[in-house]
Amino acid sequence: MQNEVVLSMRGIGKTFPGVKALSNVDFTLRKGEIHALMGENGAGKSTLIKVLTGVYTKDAGQIFIDGVDGEVVIRSPQDAQKAGISTVYQEITLCPNLTVAENMFIGRGKYTLVDWKNMVKRAGEILDSLGIPARPKQQLGSCSLAVQQMVAIARAVDMDCKVLILDEPTSSLDDKEVAMLFGLMRDLKARGVGIIFVTHFLEQVYEVSDRITVLRNGELVGEYEIENLPQVELVAKMMGKELEGLAELNRDETPVLDESTPVYETSALSSAACTNPFDFAIRKGEVNGFTGLLGSGRSESVRAIFAADRVTGGSVTMDGKKVKIVKPVQAMKQGIGYLPEDRKDDGIIADLSVRENIILALQVMKGFFKPFSNAEAEAFADEYIKALEIKTASSDTPIKSLSGGNQQKVILARWLLTHPKYLILDEPTRGIDVGTKTEIQRLVRKLAEEGMSVTFISSEIEEMLRTCSRLIVMRDRHIVGELRGQELTQSNVMRTIAGGVD
Amino acid sequence: MKNGNDLRRREPLTDNQLLLTITICIFFAMYALAMIFLGGGFLRFQQVFDLLNNNAALIIVACGLTIVMIGGGIDISVGGVTALVVMCCIVHMNNGGSIVTAALMAIAIGLGFGLVHGLLISYLEIQPFIITLAGMFFARGMITIVSLEPQKVAHEGFKALMKTKIEIPWLGYIAKKGNLIPARMEIGVVIALVIVLVVFFMLKKTRLGRNFYAIGGNNQSALMLGVNVKRTRFYSYLISGLLSGIAGFVFMMHTGAGNATNAAGAEMNAIASSIIGGTLLSGGVGNVIGTFFGTLTLTTIKAIVTASGLQEPWWQSITTGAMLCFFILLQSVVLSNRGKRRIKR
Amino acid sequence: MANPAKKSGINWSKHSQLVLPLLSILLIVIFNLIRDPSFFSVEVAKNNVGNTVLTGNLISILNGASELAILAMGMTLVTAACGGQDISVGALAAIAGSMFVKVLRAGQITMGTIALGFLACCAVAIVFGAFNGTLVSVFKIQPMIATLVLFTCGRSIAYWINGGATPTVESPLINAIGSFIPGIPIPTPILIVIVVGIIFALLFKFTTLGLYTQTVGINQRAARLNGINTVGIKLLSFMILGVCCAVAGCIGVSRLGLINHETLLLEIEMDAILAVAIGGNALSGGKFKVASSVLGAYAIQALTITLYAMKVPSTAVKAYKAIVIILIVVIGSPVVKQFFSSLRAKLAAGKQGKEAA
Repeated sequence: MQNEVVLSMRGIGKTFPGVKALSNVDFTLRKGEIHALMGENGAGKSTLIKVLTGVYTKDAGQIFIDGVDGEVVIRSPQDAQKAGISTVYQEITLCPNLTVAENMFIGRGKYTLVDWKNMVKRAGEILDSLGIPARPKQQLGSCSLAVQQMVAIARAVDMDCKVLILDEPTSSLDDKEVAMLFGLMRDLKARGVGIIFVTHFLEQVYEVSDRITVLRNGELVGEYEIENLPQVELVAKMMGKELEGLAELNRDETPVLDESTPVYETSALSSAACTNPFDFAIRKGEVNGFTGLLGSGRSESVRAIFAADRVTGGSVTMDGKKVKIVKPVQAMKQGIGYLPEDRKDDGIIADLSVRENIILALQVMKGFFKPFSNAEAEAFADEYIKALEIKTASSDTPIKSLSGGNQQKVILARWLLTHPKYLILDEPTRGIDVGTKTEIQRLVRKLAEEGMSVTFISSEIEEMLRTCSRLIVMRDRHIVGELRGQELTQSNVMRTIAGGVD
Repeated sequence: MKNGNDLRRREPLTDNQLLLTITICIFFAMYALAMIFLGGGFLRFQQVFDLLNNNAALIIVACGLTIVMIGGGIDISVGGVTALVVMCCIVHMNNGGSIVTAALMAIAIGLGFGLVHGLLISYLEIQPFIITLAGMFFARGMITIVSLEPQKVAHEGFKALMKTKIEIPWLGYIAKKGNLIPARMEIGVVIALVIVLVVFFMLKKTRLGRNFYAIGGNNQSALMLGVNVKRTRFYSYLISGLLSGIAGFVFMMHTGAGNATNAAGAEMNAIASSIIGGTLLSGGVGNVIGTFFGTLTLTTIKAIVTASGLQEPWWQSITTGAMLCFFILLQSVVLSNRGKRRIKR
Repeated sequence: MANPAKKSGINWSKHSQLVLPLLSILLIVIFNLIRDPSFFSVEVAKNNVGNTVLTGNLISILNGASELAILAMGMTLVTAACGGQDISVGALAAIAGSMFVKVLRAGQITMGTIALGFLACCAVAIVFGAFNGTLVSVFKIQPMIATLVLFTCGRSIAYWINGGATPTVESPLINAIGSFIPGIPIPTPILIVIVVGIIFALLFKFTTLGLYTQTVGINQRAARLNGINTVGIKLLSFMILGVCCAVAGCIGVSRLGLINHETLLLEIEMDAILAVAIGGNALSGGKFKVASSVLGAYAIQALTITLYAMKVPSTAVKAYKAIVIILIVVIGSPVVKQFFSSLRAKLAAGKQGKEAA
């Protein structure tokens, strides 16, 4: 059964203005298999999925589906649905205020009157046959997220899908719920549905998948049987490095054991988003990194340090003194700066000028009744526009009209202006051009030499190795290792991420 | 959640049912207390019918507004449209028009407003508040353009229609003299009740009705589920307009007179009725049965306030405001608690 | 915001928001000049008290828009911070006005009691403003629905404060506030608007209110991460609007020398929202310009006075206003904007194509 091809994509290419998102990618899905699609940020996973579901139209290549003669044309999500391709997204795309049964049947087919009795009966049958622990008349919003996701899957299955795409379905589920979801996936597999499983959790991939396709930088790295690809090699393939012959960065410095009082130290810190308490300390002039794959909890951890999410426990000392940090403003007053991962939603104030965006944090620290004069603000802005070489028409330009890299520099300027003791940079180099990337890396080293403590997060391991003197490795929301000095090699990091198994 | 396969288990209340239950309980509790402590009129069925007779138009308007609010919008033009319909119909009939053409005119005016609102809001994506505010201004302004003077119905046939009342002897009461006074209900009430039932049926049973809930619950999801969000939203305003038109006709059957301040504040009363009836401000949750009881609750409070000796005119609105505040906070607290529990599981 | 451009010359891009209200006013002015060139003539006359005063349509536009202009200033702040509008301003002004009258009637009307009365009505208005603000910021209820509560019962509370009467206050002092101060030919309400405007300008100059409000309105999550107390800013905006209501209420009372809870500043909330919209401020919050809203208020009043001059009955004015609103929002709607920008792009492309050929 496993050898019948249900979906095959050949030579798919997709270009966005300035970026080649996909080039010549092949993907084959067989009947009754769970096929993991892997890759780091910008690898092209989501673009490939969106091409397949008709959100984007492809520039090159062909798509074939079992049972359809010739090439399939997919121009809209509706087309995809008709071709038998269904997608279940990470964010639930159902209506929480309707019942489970309604969510399974709304918007399908032609009808004027709703036949509740029949609908509930059919929904009950489907839920039962798939073993989903939901009742048809239950309000969807009262189900757990896992069950909501399963209902979405049940809807897709009932629409006779041949190809089911699960886009990061497990990101917000706990272990028990993941197990439940996997049970359902195996069940569907036995029924002959081809499942494309997109996730960042390595262990989960190895638990359910039969095959893995790895993408990197919009290109196909390869398709592998799960047995033939050890976990550590998978990480290497995703990161774009072969294990053998890695050009290691030269590290002459032997780690000096710094016994000074940490600038920042916390024990058993936890927040609403980061439920596993963790300990952490950073010393003066140190650049440390939190590494791990996306979704490993690295961002949640640093957000907890800055109190960006609701802090639920733990104690914090700074320079040996116990302090209370439960609101961002308290963290700022203690000399912590935080450049958020999500630049658009958490960072920039889109409609305000570059100048206002730069002075914002310092202004808040200075106080409500002490606004900067125009001249002062102008001076600050000009200073940092010059220092960071921000490309903007003037300091009056709204930040939204700047390029991503320059927006990022503005946010960086905002925090540098507050002269923090401890600066957290979460993915400062994501989505910006190579030139700016190296500039930012250089800046981080320079700041550390001047005595600032920096936490640096990046999806690119090389970048982390180049900038950090200590790496904290996270996997599945737990700290699984700490590397420093000579231990800082790519293969070491990957082994630790992959869980020490070769 | 653990033993989900147990299909016989009673379902916990949905948000919709929870809010509806609260409203109905509060209404009956309030009415019972009024019967015990105030007695008098509250002991007679006629009291209920009076409430209905006086507020038939409000019930109809509130039904339309409930639909719009379930779909996640707002329509504040309803009072203005109602008043405009009253004025237009009276002028029309006084100039020799017939009842039938007047009724058609009421429907046409209502539909016209709904059509423009719907087009502008759903297809040009303009904030509903501003558009329907303009609609309200336009309607109120047009009233005086139609007629500067207050008008009274002079049409004999219509006067007869106004006086026609449905008598229900077995709900009547024995007056002091010993003769039976039957409960009296106006024709407008019948229309209002029919509309409540029709809207209830539509919201519960038809595809369109369920789509209103879907777009109000999460319009992005609704789009992904294959609901035509724009068209559904358009229909919600169209229906609201239509019901405002009908409400105008019913209003006219009750008062028989038209002036610029007719149905003043009806939009806010209707919004308040919907909220008290358990329609969620953010959309997706609501029920016309709730709205019906919401209207009754609102008007009963006013009756109770008057009957309990708080004769000063301000108490009615102050209690209404307090009531509204109570229900808004209740919704906010109840639903946010539910949300919290859901996340914690 | 309120700071004038420092550099020599006017930076027009900074003031582009003023274009819409100025254009509206200009259109109305031109229309009037064509219709009746004497429309804007200002005359010096003696009023019935014997003061030398200025009269004319221009003065009555500026004078009549005073309450609206003051409310529009506060409404702009609330709109910017909360992305929603307060529909209870008229009711709140009535409450404040009642309080004012109640204090004044308690004793002799002197400068002292007037000041006391004003402080009392400010206090009451701030409390009610904070009530609205709490519903919006803490309980996260949409502003329009939250303020519906006060909209419903505010005027009755005003009635209640004065025990169910519509008491009058008669005093030359009150008259001076409502119409003219002896010796000054400009109506006092206009002067009050200027004072309030200056206070707003100082507020923006000496606090970071402008920056914080815009930040909260544009990106609440980022505002929080930069240490701004988002709940506090929203609350504050409602309290400032409360003070604006108090001032407007006092002017309204002083004009008539009595408080009528039913008619004082009736339906002014709708005009205030409209003024904010005509001022080019996004009703969904974010960047704002108070001066622009004030101009919007004058544009509305100019339209109203023009319609009056054309013998349109006062009650029918609304219908014309509605048409103006619809035109403004339709032009400003995202879909129409997109259509025009794509049209412009097409035209530009066509031009280029021609030039290439």
